[in-house]
Amino acid sequence: MDHKDIAINGDSAIALAWKQIDPDVCAAYPITPQTIIVERFSDYVADGEVNTEFVCTESEHSALTVCIAAASSGARTVTATASVGLGYMWEMLGIASGLRVPITMAVTNRALSAPINIHCDHGDAMASRDTGWLMIFAENVQEAYDNSIIALRIAEHKDVQLPMMTCLDGFILTHAIERMTPIDTNVVKSFVGEYEPVHPLLDWKNPVTHGVMDGHDYYYEHKYQMAEAMNAALKVTEDVLDEFAKITGRKYSLVEEYRCGDAEYVAVCLGSTFGTMKVAVDSLREEGKKVGVMMPRLFRPLPSEKIAKAVSGKKGVAVLDKFMSPGSYGPLFEDVATSALSLDKIPKMYGYVYGLGGRDAKVSDLRTVFTDMIDKKAKKVNYLGVKL
Amino acid sequence: MTLSLKELSKTPSKMTSGHRLCAGCAEGIIVRQVLMATDKPVVVSNATGCFEVSTTIYPYTAWNVPWIHTAFGNAAATCAGTEAAYQSLRRQGKIKEEMKFVAIGGDGATYDIGFQALSGALERGHQFMYVCLNNEAYMNTGIQRSGATGVGASTTTSPVGSVIPGKAGYPKDLTMIVANHNIPYAAQVSPHNWRDTIGKCKKGFDADGPSFINAISPCPRGWRTDPADTITLAQLAVETCVWPLYEVENGTYRLTAESAKIADGKLAKRPLTDWFNSQGRFKHLLKDKWMSVVENAQADIDAKWEKLQKLCKL
Repeated sequence: MDHKDIAINGDSAIALAWKQIDPDVCAAYPITPQTIIVERFSDYVADGEVNTEFVCTESEHSALTVCIAAASSGARTVTATASVGLGYMWEMLGIASGLRVPITMAVTNRALSAPINIHCDHGDAMASRDTGWLMIFAENVQEAYDNSIIALRIAEHKDVQLPMMTCLDGFILTHAIERMTPIDTNVVKSFVGEYEPVHPLLDWKNPVTHGVMDGHDYYYEHKYQMAEAMNAALKVTEDVLDEFAKITGRKYSLVEEYRCGDAEYVAVCLGSTFGTMKVAVDSLREEGKKVGVMMPRLFRPLPSEKIAKAVSGKKGVAVLDKFMSPGSYGPLFEDVATSALSLDKIPKMYGYVYGLGGRDAKVSDLRTVFTDMIDKKAKKVNYLGVKL
Repeated sequence: MTLSLKELSKTPSKMTSGHRLCAGCAEGIIVRQVLMATDKPVVVSNATGCFEVSTTIYPYTAWNVPWIHTAFGNAAATCAGTEAAYQSLRRQGKIKEEMKFVAIGGDGATYDIGFQALSGALERGHQFMYVCLNNEAYMNTGIQRSGATGVGASTTTSPVGSVIPGKAGYPKDLTMIVANHNIPYAAQVSPHNWRDTIGKCKKGFDADGPSFINAISPCPRGWRTDPADTITLAQLAVETCVWPLYEVENGTYRLTAESAKIADGKLAKRPLTDWFNSQGRFKHLLKDKWMSVVENAQADIDAKWEKLQKLCKL
């Protein structure tokens, strides 16, 4: 195994993972802050370092369409997008999951228009969270790279057969250069293995019809099968993460917890904020405040039981959404609150909207999430850092 | 090229009977002719529309060859995806045989919502053939006007009223637009002339790059015609020059079949009033009130026919 560390940004790290995986097909359309991924991957294609058929489509809608059809044909398929690009794919998101094709897609999280804004928030991912895709989030560049490899094994598992988004924060992770330990290419190849497609179209001697019309007599049952596949994905993900730990030494959990064990107040967040939050937690711990932070690494399927267990018995739980659902609550807030309904004693919960359109969430800002709870100043819904 | 009905009748049926297309629908006839034009393994991509819903109502399928439908506006991209997988797997030695890829879409899926995906796939040069089943409106959703609907046609979104004579404006000339992507092969066909259609589809399948077949597809429900008249109407479309039969092979335009005979003076070019008289969707145009629509439509058809003949003489 090659343990030589490199300095690399998140997008280039994903392109490197793709090069090592050597997928059969990649179809994509450029959009900031995803573009570096396909630019770097184009270099690998141009130099003949991969066998991939690389299709530069005329839109994101066609990019995901090409991926769906290629995956249905029997090809291991990857793509990447962001923001309104993911929005433009929206019709095809449900078709990818409904057709049960295990595409993996890097989503470099960026705010949705309008106003147009190229910076990070989770509006794109959250607008897609009910489309039947598995979703995993990364705290840093290392995880963005690791998730790109892990995702294949989860998506392609025979009990799952669903597409998977690997989410990483736009610019914060896509463009920032961090230290990373790559995995030896042979180890990657043996970890992901040979792709074994289910009922591929190109097996023309055994013709199959993909994308049929369902009436009210079958549609519900086909959708129910997706619910079962999502349930199965919880166990599959745990198994894959265990196997990944064995080859890399990097142990990941469905819900990552930091100093939560004896904490009285905890925060829940997704993505790179988890790293900043750890610093805020450490500084408050030095002041004697019993606080902790957690991140559901796997967002779909939601590890609901683990979340409930992690927030059980806390005096206060703040849930941070890098997204606003105007007229309702943040989706992560709703997910955590719903998970906690299974507890005998439901902790106090507070929703925090923050970081929209790339608004920086500094350690000093994030400290107030805890101090507000401790000082009983936190409201049901709070808008962290908004200038009024 | 020799094609005999006797031999064609022996070819295995790639799309079987038992589908749910309407009586008199031309689409099944056209697609059977298209698929007779290759003996290689073929993968079919189908846009949402009449043909898709009528042939794949779960748990049944009319398809004896691999078939995929994903959405409405992306048949060309879907076909491109199947072809991209093939190119990759064949390069890696995982597929040995030569395979063919064909996309099928109605006029709504091709002229309108799928136009961008079609243009992109043509520009990228995928090895595939796109077949448009042009029944000149959104028939699957109940006869709404499309970019292929003829001027004056009464549809459910361009109904004839007291002040508006049906569909305003002339149809998009998609075959010309596609040909101007400079792909190796593009052609217009009509199901009444199976020999012309299958011959063109053979060229399309054998082309080195993308090819495009635009087929006129009479629709008894939408055109307000007798199901028994479908083939006669397809022929009338050609003889009125509403739907000239021609091909563009590596940039060279050539009239074929009845259209070549009309250009050579061996067959009479029939007036557009014959076309309007033959279908319920146009019958209001024959009232004195809308005669100017008929005159302008005839002038438009004449101008387009002249232009096509000039292109064929280049």
